[in-house]
Amino acid sequence: MKKMSVKTVVAIGIGAALFFVLGRFVAIPVPFVPNTTFNLQYGVLGLFAAMFGPIAGLLIGFVGHTLIDLSWGSPWWSWILASACFGLLTGLFASKLDLESGVFGKKEILTFNIAQVVAHAISWIVVAPGLDILVYAESVEKVFAQGAVAGILNAITTGIVGTVLMLAYSKTRTKKGSLNKE
Amino acid sequence: MSKNAALSYLPRQSVVHRLTGTAKLAFFLLWSTAAMLTYDTRLLAAMTITGLVLFSVSRIRLREVKGALIFMMILVLLNLFAIFLFSPDQGTHVYGTKHVILPLFWRYEITQETLFYLLNFFLKYSAVIPVALLFILATNPSEFAASLAGIGVSYKIGYAVALALRYIPDVQRDFHNISQAQQARGIDLSGKDKAFTRLKNSAAILLPLVLSSLARIETISNAMELRGFGKHKKRSWYVQRPFERRDWVALAIALGVLALSLGLTLAKGSRYFNPFQ
Repeated sequence: MKKMSVKTVVAIGIGAALFFVLGRFVAIPVPFVPNTTFNLQYGVLGLFAAMFGPIAGLLIGFVGHTLIDLSWGSPWWSWILASACFGLLTGLFASKLDLESGVFGKKEILTFNIAQVVAHAISWIVVAPGLDILVYAESVEKVFAQGAVAGILNAITTGIVGTVLMLAYSKTRTKKGSLNKE
Repeated sequence: MSKNAALSYLPRQSVVHRLTGTAKLAFFLLWSTAAMLTYDTRLLAAMTITGLVLFSVSRIRLREVKGALIFMMILVLLNLFAIFLFSPDQGTHVYGTKHVILPLFWRYEITQETLFYLLNFFLKYSAVIPVALLFILATNPSEFAASLAGIGVSYKIGYAVALALRYIPDVQRDFHNISQAQQARGIDLSGKDKAFTRLKNSAAILLPLVLSSLARIETISNAMELRGFGKHKKRSWYVQRPFERRDWVALAIALGVLALSLGLTLAKGSRYFNPFQ
Protein backbone atom coordinates (compact mmCIF):
# COMPACT_ATOMS: atom_id res chain seq x y z
CA MET A 1 0.00 0.00 0.00
CA LYS A 2 3.02 2.27 0.59
CA LYS A 3 3.82 2.33 -3.08
CA MET A 4 0.35 3.41 -4.17
CA SER A 5 0.99 6.29 -6.56
CA VAL A 6 -0.83 9.59 -6.50
CA LYS A 7 -2.43 8.71 -9.81
CA THR A 8 -3.85 5.47 -8.40
CA VAL A 9 -5.30 7.37 -5.44
CA VAL A 10 -7.03 9.82 -7.75
CA ALA A 11 -8.15 7.04 -10.10
CA ILE A 12 -9.79 5.28 -7.15
CA GLY A 13 -11.61 8.46 -6.17
CA ILE A 14 -12.85 9.39 -9.64
CA GLY A 15 -13.52 5.75 -10.53
CA ALA A 16 -15.65 5.31 -7.42
CA ALA A 17 -17.54 8.52 -8.25
CA LEU A 18 -18.23 7.23 -11.78
CA PHE A 19 -19.23 3.82 -10.41
CA PHE A 20 -21.61 5.52 -8.00
CA VAL A 21 -23.25 7.81 -10.55
CA LEU A 22 -23.74 5.03 -13.11
CA GLY A 23 -24.96 2.54 -10.53
CA ARG A 24 -27.25 4.93 -8.73
CA PHE A 25 -28.84 7.01 -11.45
CA VAL A 26 -28.59 5.06 -14.69
CA ALA A 27 -30.84 2.05 -14.94
CA ILE A 28 -31.54 0.08 -18.09
CA PRO A 29 -34.10 -2.58 -17.23
CA VAL A 30 -33.44 -6.11 -18.42
CA PRO A 31 -36.15 -7.43 -20.74
CA PHE A 32 -38.33 -10.24 -19.33
CA VAL A 33 -36.72 -10.22 -15.88
CA PRO A 34 -38.54 -7.91 -13.47
CA ASN A 35 -36.59 -5.72 -11.05
CA THR A 36 -33.20 -6.25 -12.63
CA THR A 37 -31.12 -3.69 -14.45
CA PHE A 38 -27.97 -3.77 -16.51
CA ASN A 39 -25.20 -2.51 -14.30
CA LEU A 40 -23.20 -0.24 -16.58
CA GLN A 41 -20.79 0.52 -13.77
CA TYR A 42 -19.10 -2.87 -14.17
CA GLY A 43 -18.06 -1.98 -17.71
CA VAL A 44 -16.32 1.12 -16.40
CA LEU A 45 -14.87 -0.80 -13.44
CA GLY A 46 -13.43 -3.34 -15.89
CA LEU A 47 -11.75 -0.56 -17.85
CA PHE A 48 -10.36 1.18 -14.76
CA ALA A 49 -9.14 -2.12 -13.28
CA ALA A 50 -7.35 -2.96 -16.53
CA MET A 51 -5.81 0.53 -16.69
CA PHE A 52 -4.88 1.16 -13.07
CA GLY A 53 -4.34 -2.34 -11.71
CA PRO A 54 -5.85 -4.72 -9.15
CA ILE A 55 -5.64 -2.48 -6.07
CA ALA A 56 -7.46 0.33 -7.85
CA GLY A 57 -10.04 -2.15 -9.13
CA LEU A 58 -10.59 -3.57 -5.66
CA LEU A 59 -11.03 -0.19 -4.02
CA ILE A 60 -13.19 1.33 -6.76
CA GLY A 61 -15.53 -1.65 -6.49
CA PHE A 62 -15.56 -1.52 -2.71
CA VAL A 63 -15.94 2.24 -2.23
CA GLY A 64 -18.30 2.74 -5.17
CA HIS A 65 -20.62 -0.08 -4.20
CA THR A 66 -20.61 0.92 -0.53
CA LEU A 67 -21.59 4.47 -1.48
CA ILE A 68 -24.42 3.18 -3.70
CA ASP A 69 -25.74 0.97 -0.92
CA LEU A 70 -25.43 3.74 1.68
CA SER A 71 -27.34 6.13 -0.55
CA TRP A 72 -30.20 3.62 -0.58
CA GLY A 73 -29.97 3.22 3.18
CA SER A 74 -28.12 0.09 4.22
CA PRO A 75 -25.02 -1.72 2.98
CA TRP A 76 -25.21 -5.36 1.86
CA TRP A 77 -21.63 -6.40 2.59
CA SER A 78 -21.58 -9.72 0.76
CA TRP A 79 -22.38 -8.08 -2.57
CA ILE A 80 -20.07 -5.14 -1.92
CA LEU A 81 -17.21 -7.57 -1.41
CA ALA A 82 -18.21 -9.35 -4.62
CA SER A 83 -17.86 -6.05 -6.52
CA ALA A 84 -14.48 -5.48 -4.91
CA CYS A 85 -13.46 -9.02 -5.82
CA PHE A 86 -14.47 -8.44 -9.45
CA GLY A 87 -12.29 -5.30 -9.60
CA LEU A 88 -9.35 -7.11 -8.03
CA LEU A 89 -9.51 -10.16 -10.30
CA THR A 90 -10.06 -8.17 -13.49
CA GLY A 91 -7.11 -6.00 -12.51
CA LEU A 92 -4.94 -9.06 -11.91
CA PHE A 93 -5.86 -10.85 -15.12
CA ALA A 94 -6.13 -7.87 -17.43
CA SER A 95 -3.16 -5.84 -16.25
CA LYS A 96 -1.15 -7.25 -19.15
CA LEU A 97 -3.21 -5.14 -21.53
CA ASP A 98 -1.27 -2.09 -22.56
CA LEU A 99 -4.06 0.33 -23.38
CA GLU A 100 -1.80 3.35 -23.02
CA SER A 101 0.22 2.32 -26.07
CA GLY A 102 -2.89 2.09 -28.21
CA VAL A 103 -2.70 -1.64 -28.94
CA PHE A 104 -6.12 -3.24 -28.65
CA GLY A 105 -6.78 -5.88 -31.30
CA LYS A 106 -8.59 -9.21 -31.35
CA LYS A 107 -6.15 -10.84 -28.96
CA GLU A 108 -6.55 -8.11 -26.36
CA ILE A 109 -10.34 -8.15 -26.68
CA LEU A 110 -10.26 -11.90 -26.06
CA THR A 111 -7.92 -11.52 -23.06
CA PHE A 112 -10.07 -8.83 -21.48
CA ASN A 113 -13.30 -10.73 -21.99
CA ILE A 114 -11.97 -14.01 -20.66
CA ALA A 115 -10.60 -12.11 -17.66
CA GLN A 116 -13.88 -10.33 -16.98
CA VAL A 117 -16.06 -13.42 -17.43
CA VAL A 118 -13.86 -15.44 -15.06
CA ALA A 119 -13.81 -12.57 -12.56
CA HIS A 120 -17.60 -12.20 -12.71
CA ALA A 121 -18.10 -15.95 -12.33
CA ILE A 122 -15.92 -16.08 -9.22
CA SER A 123 -17.45 -12.94 -7.73
CA TRP A 124 -21.13 -13.69 -8.24
CA ILE A 125 -21.24 -17.49 -8.19
CA VAL A 126 -18.69 -18.07 -5.43
CA VAL A 127 -18.04 -14.94 -3.33
CA ALA A 128 -21.48 -13.30 -3.14
CA PRO A 129 -23.58 -16.43 -2.49
CA GLY A 130 -20.88 -17.91 -0.25
CA LEU A 131 -20.88 -14.84 1.99
CA ASP A 132 -24.69 -14.66 1.87
CA ILE A 133 -24.84 -18.20 3.23
CA LEU A 134 -22.09 -17.62 5.82
CA VAL A 135 -23.21 -14.21 7.04
CA TYR A 136 -26.94 -14.12 6.48
CA ALA A 137 -27.62 -17.91 6.57
CA GLU A 138 -29.73 -17.50 3.46
CA SER A 139 -31.30 -20.28 1.51
CA VAL A 140 -28.74 -21.93 -0.76
CA GLU A 141 -30.98 -22.25 -3.81
CA LYS A 142 -32.02 -18.61 -3.68
CA VAL A 143 -28.56 -17.07 -3.41
CA PHE A 144 -27.11 -19.19 -6.18
CA ALA A 145 -30.01 -18.36 -8.49
CA GLN A 146 -29.58 -14.66 -7.64
CA GLY A 147 -25.81 -14.81 -8.05
CA ALA A 148 -25.99 -16.61 -11.38
CA VAL A 149 -28.46 -14.09 -12.82
CA ALA A 150 -26.39 -11.15 -11.58
CA GLY A 151 -23.15 -12.70 -12.83
CA ILE A 152 -24.47 -13.41 -16.33
CA LEU A 153 -26.02 -9.94 -16.70
CA ASN A 154 -22.92 -8.20 -15.42
CA ALA A 155 -20.69 -10.25 -17.70
CA ILE A 156 -22.84 -9.27 -20.72
CA THR A 157 -22.76 -5.59 -19.70
CA THR A 158 -19.03 -5.61 -19.05
CA GLY A 159 -18.42 -7.46 -22.31
CA ILE A 160 -20.31 -4.93 -24.41
CA VAL A 161 -19.63 -1.68 -22.57
CA GLY A 162 -16.08 -2.49 -21.44
CA THR A 163 -14.94 -3.66 -24.87
CA VAL A 164 -16.45 -0.67 -26.67
CA LEU A 165 -14.84 1.71 -24.16
CA MET A 166 -11.43 0.06 -24.46
CA LEU A 167 -11.51 0.04 -28.24
CA ALA A 168 -12.41 3.69 -28.32
CA TYR A 169 -9.87 4.63 -25.66
CA SER A 170 -7.02 2.79 -27.34
CA LYS A 171 -7.82 4.64 -30.58
CA THR A 172 -7.23 7.95 -28.82
CA ARG A 173 -3.70 6.88 -27.90
CA THR A 174 -0.78 7.11 -30.25
CA LYS A 175 0.59 3.70 -31.20
CA LYS A 176 4.13 2.87 -30.26
CA GLY A 177 6.42 3.24 -33.24
CA SER A 178 3.84 5.08 -35.26
CA LEU A 179 6.38 7.69 -36.29
CA ASN A 180 8.69 6.91 -39.17
CA LYS A 181 12.05 8.44 -39.73
CA GLU A 182 12.31 9.59 -43.31
CA MET B 1 -32.79 14.33 -10.89
CA SER B 2 -34.37 15.50 -7.69
CA LYS B 3 -36.97 12.76 -7.77
CA ASN B 4 -34.42 10.11 -6.96
CA ALA B 5 -32.17 12.26 -4.87
CA ALA B 6 -29.82 10.15 -2.83
CA LEU B 7 -29.74 10.30 0.95
CA SER B 8 -27.39 12.95 2.19
CA TYR B 9 -26.24 14.87 5.23
CA LEU B 10 -28.93 16.68 7.25
CA PRO B 11 -27.38 19.08 9.74
CA ARG B 12 -29.20 19.20 13.12
CA GLN B 13 -28.42 20.00 16.71
CA SER B 14 -28.31 16.62 18.42
CA VAL B 15 -26.09 14.32 20.42
CA VAL B 16 -25.74 12.03 17.42
CA HIS B 17 -24.58 14.89 15.23
CA ARG B 18 -22.10 16.08 17.83
CA LEU B 19 -20.35 12.72 17.96
CA THR B 20 -17.11 12.75 16.00
CA GLY B 21 -17.16 11.13 12.57
CA THR B 22 -14.66 8.54 13.74
CA ALA B 23 -16.92 7.45 16.59
CA LYS B 24 -19.93 7.23 14.29
CA LEU B 25 -18.05 5.23 11.67
CA ALA B 26 -16.65 2.84 14.28
CA PHE B 27 -20.09 2.51 15.91
CA PHE B 28 -21.72 1.76 12.56
CA LEU B 29 -19.11 -0.84 11.58
CA LEU B 30 -19.15 -2.61 14.96
CA TRP B 31 -22.93 -2.51 15.06
CA SER B 32 -23.39 -4.00 11.60
CA THR B 33 -20.78 -6.68 12.33
CA ALA B 34 -22.69 -7.62 15.47
CA ALA B 35 -25.94 -7.82 13.50
CA MET B 36 -24.26 -9.90 10.82
CA LEU B 37 -22.88 -12.43 13.29
CA THR B 38 -25.95 -13.21 15.31
CA TYR B 39 -29.34 -14.67 14.50
CA ASP B 40 -30.51 -14.37 18.10
CA THR B 41 -34.02 -12.96 17.98
CA ARG B 42 -33.80 -11.26 21.37
CA LEU B 43 -30.56 -9.46 20.63
CA LEU B 44 -31.70 -8.39 17.16
CA ALA B 45 -34.99 -7.07 18.56
CA ALA B 46 -33.12 -5.15 21.26
CA MET B 47 -30.77 -3.71 18.63
CA THR B 48 -33.72 -2.64 16.49
CA ILE B 49 -35.33 -0.85 19.41
CA THR B 50 -32.05 0.82 20.39
CA GLY B 51 -31.58 1.91 16.80
CA LEU B 52 -35.02 3.46 16.69
CA VAL B 53 -34.40 5.26 19.98
CA LEU B 54 -31.11 6.65 18.62
CA PHE B 55 -32.98 7.73 15.52
CA SER B 56 -35.52 9.69 17.52
CA VAL B 57 -32.72 11.27 19.57
CA SER B 58 -31.08 12.52 16.36
CA ARG B 59 -34.03 14.83 15.58
CA ILE B 60 -34.21 13.56 12.03
CA ARG B 61 -37.85 13.13 11.22
CA LEU B 62 -39.22 9.92 9.80
CA ARG B 63 -40.83 11.64 6.85
CA GLU B 64 -37.44 12.89 5.71
CA VAL B 65 -36.37 9.32 5.06
CA LYS B 66 -39.78 8.00 4.02
CA GLY B 67 -38.72 7.32 0.43
CA ALA B 68 -35.63 5.37 1.45
CA LEU B 69 -37.57 3.42 4.07
CA ILE B 70 -40.31 2.41 1.66
CA PHE B 71 -37.73 1.37 -0.91
CA MET B 72 -35.89 -0.76 1.62
CA MET B 73 -39.08 -2.33 2.91
CA ILE B 74 -39.98 -3.38 -0.64
CA LEU B 75 -36.49 -4.79 -1.09
CA VAL B 76 -36.64 -6.73 2.18
CA LEU B 77 -40.10 -8.09 1.46
CA LEU B 78 -39.01 -9.16 -2.03
CA ASN B 79 -36.07 -10.92 -0.44
CA LEU B 80 -38.28 -12.68 2.08
CA PHE B 81 -40.61 -13.74 -0.70
CA ALA B 82 -37.71 -15.01 -2.81
CA ILE B 83 -36.40 -17.09 0.10
CA PHE B 84 -39.82 -18.67 0.54
CA LEU B 85 -40.13 -19.24 -3.20
CA PHE B 86 -36.78 -20.97 -3.55
CA SER B 87 -36.69 -22.92 -0.32
CA PRO B 88 -39.97 -23.04 1.60
CA ASP B 89 -38.39 -25.39 4.15
CA GLN B 90 -35.55 -23.01 5.11
CA GLY B 91 -36.96 -22.74 8.65
CA THR B 92 -36.89 -26.50 9.16
CA HIS B 93 -33.43 -26.57 7.66
CA VAL B 94 -32.25 -24.05 10.27
CA TYR B 95 -34.21 -25.06 13.37
CA GLY B 96 -34.52 -28.81 12.79
CA THR B 97 -38.21 -29.20 13.61
CA LYS B 98 -41.41 -28.79 11.62
CA HIS B 99 -44.74 -27.42 12.82
CA VAL B 100 -47.02 -27.01 9.81
CA ILE B 101 -49.59 -24.23 10.10
CA LEU B 102 -51.01 -24.22 6.61
CA PRO B 103 -50.13 -26.62 3.80
CA LEU B 104 -50.36 -24.88 0.44
CA PHE B 105 -49.56 -26.83 -2.73
CA TRP B 106 -46.73 -29.10 -3.91
CA ARG B 107 -43.75 -28.51 -1.59
CA TYR B 108 -45.01 -25.17 -0.34
CA GLU B 109 -46.32 -25.04 3.19
CA ILE B 110 -46.28 -22.40 5.86
CA THR B 111 -44.52 -23.66 8.95
CA GLN B 112 -43.87 -21.95 12.26
CA GLU B 113 -40.14 -22.42 11.71
CA THR B 114 -40.12 -20.70 8.34
CA LEU B 115 -42.17 -17.79 9.62
CA PHE B 116 -39.79 -17.47 12.56
CA TYR B 117 -36.75 -17.65 10.28
CA LEU B 118 -38.22 -14.93 8.05
CA LEU B 119 -38.94 -12.80 11.11
CA ASN B 120 -35.29 -13.14 12.14
CA PHE B 121 -34.14 -12.26 8.65
CA PHE B 122 -36.31 -9.16 8.79
CA LEU B 123 -34.91 -8.22 12.21
CA LYS B 124 -31.37 -8.57 10.86
CA TYR B 125 -32.20 -5.75 8.47
CA SER B 126 -34.18 -3.63 10.88
CA ALA B 127 -31.35 -3.79 13.43
CA VAL B 128 -28.92 -2.18 10.98
CA ILE B 129 -31.10 0.18 8.94
CA PRO B 130 -31.69 2.91 11.59
CA VAL B 131 -27.99 3.01 12.49
CA ALA B 132 -26.91 3.02 8.84
CA LEU B 133 -29.38 5.81 8.06
CA LEU B 134 -28.09 7.80 11.02
CA PHE B 135 -24.53 7.33 9.88
CA ILE B 136 -25.36 8.71 6.42
CA LEU B 137 -27.67 11.50 7.56
CA ALA B 138 -25.73 12.72 10.58
CA THR B 139 -22.14 12.58 9.34
CA ASN B 140 -20.72 15.59 7.57
CA PRO B 141 -19.18 14.24 4.33
CA SER B 142 -16.08 16.35 4.79
CA GLU B 143 -15.47 14.59 8.07
CA PHE B 144 -15.70 11.20 6.43
CA ALA B 145 -12.12 10.95 5.17
CA ALA B 146 -10.83 12.05 8.55
CA SER B 147 -12.93 9.38 10.25
CA LEU B 148 -11.53 6.69 7.98
CA ALA B 149 -8.04 7.81 8.95
CA GLY B 150 -9.27 7.82 12.54
CA ILE B 151 -10.09 4.11 12.53
CA GLY B 152 -6.68 3.30 11.10
CA VAL B 153 -7.27 3.19 7.34
CA SER B 154 -4.34 4.45 5.27
CA TYR B 155 -4.80 8.16 4.61
CA LYS B 156 -4.37 7.60 0.88
CA ILE B 157 -7.53 5.50 0.83
CA GLY B 158 -9.27 8.05 3.02
CA TYR B 159 -8.28 10.71 0.54
CA ALA B 160 -9.54 8.60 -2.38
CA VAL B 161 -12.93 8.32 -0.66
CA ALA B 162 -12.95 12.07 -0.05
CA LEU B 163 -12.22 12.62 -3.74
CA ALA B 164 -15.07 10.29 -4.68
CA LEU B 165 -17.50 12.23 -2.51
CA ARG B 166 -16.18 15.53 -3.85
CA TYR B 167 -16.51 14.54 -7.52
CA ILE B 168 -19.83 12.69 -7.45
CA PRO B 169 -21.82 15.91 -8.20
CA ASP B 170 -19.36 16.86 -10.97
CA VAL B 171 -19.56 13.46 -12.63
CA GLN B 172 -23.32 13.53 -12.30
CA ARG B 173 -23.49 16.91 -13.99
CA ASP B 174 -21.16 15.75 -16.77
CA PHE B 175 -23.30 12.68 -17.29
CA HIS B 176 -26.42 14.81 -17.51
CA ASN B 177 -24.88 17.23 -20.03
CA ILE B 178 -23.44 14.50 -22.22
CA SER B 179 -26.62 12.49 -22.25
CA GLN B 180 -28.64 15.57 -23.27
CA ALA B 181 -26.15 16.37 -26.03
CA GLN B 182 -26.30 12.80 -27.33
CA GLN B 183 -30.07 12.77 -27.15
CA ALA B 184 -30.08 15.90 -29.29
CA ARG B 185 -28.08 13.88 -31.82
CA GLY B 186 -30.75 11.19 -31.78
CA ILE B 187 -29.26 8.65 -29.42
CA ASP B 188 -32.07 7.37 -27.29
CA LEU B 189 -31.61 5.96 -23.82
CA SER B 190 -35.24 5.95 -22.81
CA GLY B 191 -37.58 2.98 -22.75
CA LYS B 192 -38.60 3.34 -26.37
CA ASP B 193 -35.64 1.39 -27.66
CA LYS B 194 -34.74 -2.26 -27.24
CA ALA B 195 -32.62 -3.10 -24.25
CA PHE B 196 -29.54 -4.12 -26.22
CA THR B 197 -29.72 -1.04 -28.44
CA ARG B 198 -29.91 1.02 -25.27
CA LEU B 199 -26.91 -0.80 -23.88
CA LYS B 200 -24.93 -0.01 -27.02
CA ASN B 201 -26.23 3.57 -27.05
CA SER B 202 -25.16 4.02 -23.45
CA ALA B 203 -21.58 3.50 -24.59
CA ALA B 204 -21.98 6.67 -26.66
CA ILE B 205 -22.58 8.54 -23.42
CA LEU B 206 -20.07 6.61 -21.38
CA LEU B 207 -17.21 7.21 -23.77
CA PRO B 208 -17.05 11.01 -23.44
CA LEU B 209 -17.77 10.63 -19.73
CA VAL B 210 -14.91 8.17 -19.20
CA LEU B 211 -12.51 10.17 -21.35
CA SER B 212 -13.28 13.39 -19.49
CA SER B 213 -12.88 11.50 -16.21
CA LEU B 214 -9.48 10.20 -17.31
CA ALA B 215 -8.46 13.75 -18.20
CA ARG B 216 -9.70 14.83 -14.80
CA ILE B 217 -7.60 12.14 -13.10
CA GLU B 218 -4.59 13.52 -14.94
CA THR B 219 -5.26 17.11 -13.81
CA ILE B 220 -6.01 16.26 -10.20
CA SER B 221 -3.10 13.89 -9.75
CA ASN B 222 -0.72 16.45 -11.25
CA ALA B 223 -2.02 19.10 -8.87
CA MET B 224 -1.68 16.75 -5.91
CA GLU B 225 1.79 15.67 -6.93
CA LEU B 226 2.88 19.30 -7.22
CA ARG B 227 1.72 19.87 -3.66
CA GLY B 228 3.70 16.86 -2.46
CA PHE B 229 0.83 14.51 -1.69
CA GLY B 230 1.99 11.20 -0.27
CA LYS B 231 5.40 12.41 0.78
CA HIS B 232 4.86 11.77 4.47
CA LYS B 233 3.57 8.74 6.31
CA LYS B 234 0.93 10.72 8.15
CA ARG B 235 -1.39 13.56 7.41
CA SER B 236 -3.55 15.83 9.47
CA TRP B 237 -7.19 16.68 8.75
CA TYR B 238 -8.75 20.09 9.11
CA VAL B 239 -12.10 18.69 10.30
CA GLN B 240 -10.75 16.04 12.65
CA ARG B 241 -11.94 16.53 16.22
CA PRO B 242 -10.51 14.97 19.37
CA PHE B 243 -12.54 12.27 21.14
CA GLU B 244 -14.75 13.43 23.98
CA ARG B 245 -16.53 11.45 26.64
CA ARG B 246 -19.67 10.85 24.56
CA ASP B 247 -17.53 9.36 21.78
CA TRP B 248 -15.99 6.86 24.19
CA VAL B 249 -19.48 6.02 25.51
CA ALA B 250 -20.76 5.36 21.97
CA LEU B 251 -17.73 3.21 21.26
CA ALA B 252 -18.21 1.27 24.49
CA ILE B 253 -21.88 0.60 23.67
CA ALA B 254 -21.04 -0.68 20.20
CA LEU B 255 -18.25 -2.88 21.56
CA GLY B 256 -20.63 -4.19 24.22
CA VAL B 257 -23.22 -5.17 21.60
CA LEU B 258 -20.55 -6.88 19.52
CA ALA B 259 -19.25 -8.74 22.57
CA LEU B 260 -22.80 -9.80 23.44
CA SER B 261 -23.39 -11.03 19.91
CA LEU B 262 -20.12 -13.00 19.94
CA GLY B 263 -20.71 -14.23 23.47
CA LEU B 264 -24.21 -15.55 22.74
CA THR B 265 -22.94 -17.38 19.67
CA LEU B 266 -19.98 -18.93 21.47
CA ALA B 267 -21.91 -19.80 24.64
CA LYS B 268 -24.60 -21.73 22.80
CA GLY B 269 -22.39 -22.97 19.99
CA SER B 270 -24.98 -21.73 17.51
CA ARG B 271 -26.02 -18.41 16.01
CA TYR B 272 -29.71 -19.18 16.35
CA PHE B 273 -32.15 -18.66 19.18
CA ASN B 274 -34.33 -21.75 18.96
CA PRO B 275 -37.74 -21.61 20.65
CA PHE B 276 -38.81 -24.93 19.12
CA GLN B 277 -36.64 -27.15 21.33
